[in-house]
Amino acid sequence: MKLTVDGLHVTLDHQPILRNVSLDAAQGDIVGLIGPNGSGKSTLLRAVYRSLRPSQGLVRVAGDDVWKLPARTAARRTAAVLQDSNSNAVGLCVQEIVALGRTPHHGLLGRDGAEDHRVVAEAMDACGARPLAERNFASLSGGERQRVLLARALAQKPKLLVLDELTNHLDIRARFELLDLIRGTGTTTLAVLHDLDLAARLCDHLVVLSEGVVAAAGKVLDVLTPDVLREVFGVRAVAERHADGVIRITYGADPLALHDTTTDPAVTAEPSDRTPPAPVAPARPAPLTPTEHEAQTAVPG
Amino acid sequence: MSAQAAEEPHPPRTPHAKAAGAPPGRAARSLAGALPRALAARASGTATSTRPTPSAEPRTPRQAKGPRILNVPTGPLLVGLLAVLAGTMIVAISIGSVTIPVVDVWRIVWHHLTGAGATADPALDQIVWNFRTPRVVLAALVGAGLAVSGVVLQAVVANPLADPYVLGVSSGASLGAVMVITMAGGALGGLGVSAAAFAGAMVAVALVFVLGLTRGRLGPTRLVLSGVAVGYLFLAGTSYLQLQATPTELRSVMFWMLGSVAGAKWDQLGLVSTVVVTSTVFLALFGRQLNALLAGDESATALGVDVHRLRGALLVLSSLLTGTVIAVAGCIGFVGLMIPHLVRLAVGADHRRLLPLAAVIGAIYLVVVDLLSRTVNRPNELPLGILTALFGAPFFLWLLRRNKTLDAS
Repeated sequence: MKLTVDGLHVTLDHQPILRNVSLDAAQGDIVGLIGPNGSGKSTLLRAVYRSLRPSQGLVRVAGDDVWKLPARTAARRTAAVLQDSNSNAVGLCVQEIVALGRTPHHGLLGRDGAEDHRVVAEAMDACGARPLAERNFASLSGGERQRVLLARALAQKPKLLVLDELTNHLDIRARFELLDLIRGTGTTTLAVLHDLDLAARLCDHLVVLSEGVVAAAGKVLDVLTPDVLREVFGVRAVAERHADGVIRITYGADPLALHDTTTDPAVTAEPSDRTPPAPVAPARPAPLTPTEHEAQTAVPG
Repeated sequence: MSAQAAEEPHPPRTPHAKAAGAPPGRAARSLAGALPRALAARASGTATSTRPTPSAEPRTPRQAKGPRILNVPTGPLLVGLLAVLAGTMIVAISIGSVTIPVVDVWRIVWHHLTGAGATADPALDQIVWNFRTPRVVLAALVGAGLAVSGVVLQAVVANPLADPYVLGVSSGASLGAVMVITMAGGALGGLGVSAAAFAGAMVAVALVFVLGLTRGRLGPTRLVLSGVAVGYLFLAGTSYLQLQATPTELRSVMFWMLGSVAGAKWDQLGLVSTVVVTSTVFLALFGRQLNALLAGDESATALGVDVHRLRGALLVLSSLLTGTVIAVAGCIGFVGLMIPHLVRLAVGADHRRLLPLAAVIGAIYLVVVDLLSRTVNRPNELPLGILTALFGAPFFLWLLRRNKTLDAS
């Protein structure tokens, strides 16, 4: 379903946090929200999942202003996976965590029915969380936790997924697993991401926030220009589509030397076409042979 | 190489799994197996591009066990525990300065409840129906109320160390009670002390609410800290009054502060049972919302829960419950801290299950403790607080030692 954010202003303690932010996500789109720390990404998400009321502007999910909908109705359309659920103190098992996703589908007297059990089981299956069902949430690894929280969001049967730094602190394999899971849901998604490479891989469109305003928005390569990377993120880097079709970010030898054009021309120069043959990437290191690898890992254990 | 590596179990990929107590040798071994497996997979072209099916990863047997001790469904468990409660109450009524056979106790209680059956010896009837039964019923109600209040407050202020007195209820009630005992000389009678204790409790909670508000919202940490501060403030007044008290007054102050159900009378049970039963039922209705609260305030909001209204409503309701219980029974410690943790360990943290079960187990616990309080040191009675602390403190220390995550992050 369509998400529309239109002319959003958010103020917190009389400080403007977001100014005139607009964005669109079509059905099934994955929109990445990127920007430096403090640029207002999480605040924008809060306005979308109905936690922080905007002072002006609209958030529409599936055509309705979420701030005019009852909280439960809005939560049946928008599900969020946020940082605050990742605590040890919960004490619920995985199945119970996923079943929390059914909360907006019931009133005070509502009891879980066959439909709820089916939806919870499907959500756990979709995220590979079924074998963990009886485990205590606190005993899970970081990657497992995020899969479980994503399953909780899917159990809400949402039309829009809101994800805040889902891949933070995860090892590299768990990150890619999560990207696959998100893509596999087919749900319209608004995701805050810090890792620009992951954002470029995952998202159809990117929106760059800088000091509370939209600095750039559009297709990945149109947004991640050297100018944006320099002005908004403060690094010298270039984003290119490589021969394998994947967009990768290449950072300069000294990514902080913003105005030094001599050291690394490949990074400062605008690439002439969008499919260069990986000009600055060093030769791929030869894969470790198993014997070398085992020799390395045997030592610390 | 690749065939052999593919059979290796998937390793614990984060330090988390290792911290949970995996022997280092095993971790090193499975790590040594995993990377060659990944490399082999990459080499044979079946790498991460296909869906990695994380669900297929086998777990180590150590982690396969569920977190529950009791996997009995809530309904039968509740019925069974209610039967245990009834049995415990009958036994508690039969034991005392005069021990009355259980059968006679049952006959007398049955006669009063239904009007059927023969009347017993009037002296026994007097002891059973007018002294012991109200006392045992009050103990059950107080135990249930404190356990329910503890469960709710631990979730609402997101703090495992919270108990029903975390918002200053006990210090306010103590000041109110001590004021009546020392300044009115106890002349206002039992009702006077109860009313003053309730009023003091509500004043303290109101103060904590006002101090806990920021931007029109009640923050958990701010509430807890305000509760501590208000507690000390009221304690200053209580201590000053105690210094002015005569030894007799001081004795009744001590007894009140440590809690007792010895003064139970039928005419006060109506109000107490109404408050305890209705608030327990009401709070149990919020079970799903309380569960959502465990996910964190922001996540609960995204689950459609109006967190700030919910927190306000639950705090008001649990404060009324605690205030009522403390007004009739004094400050009985540890029940509201210990029973919630104990029941959570046994049946899990789902509040729809936890709340009713904690109520019944809290009731059983306090009936037993009250029985001990009037039998271990016959013919003298011990205040309940001494015994609950005697059992509660070691349990609490065990809980603290068991909880490895408390200072982890």
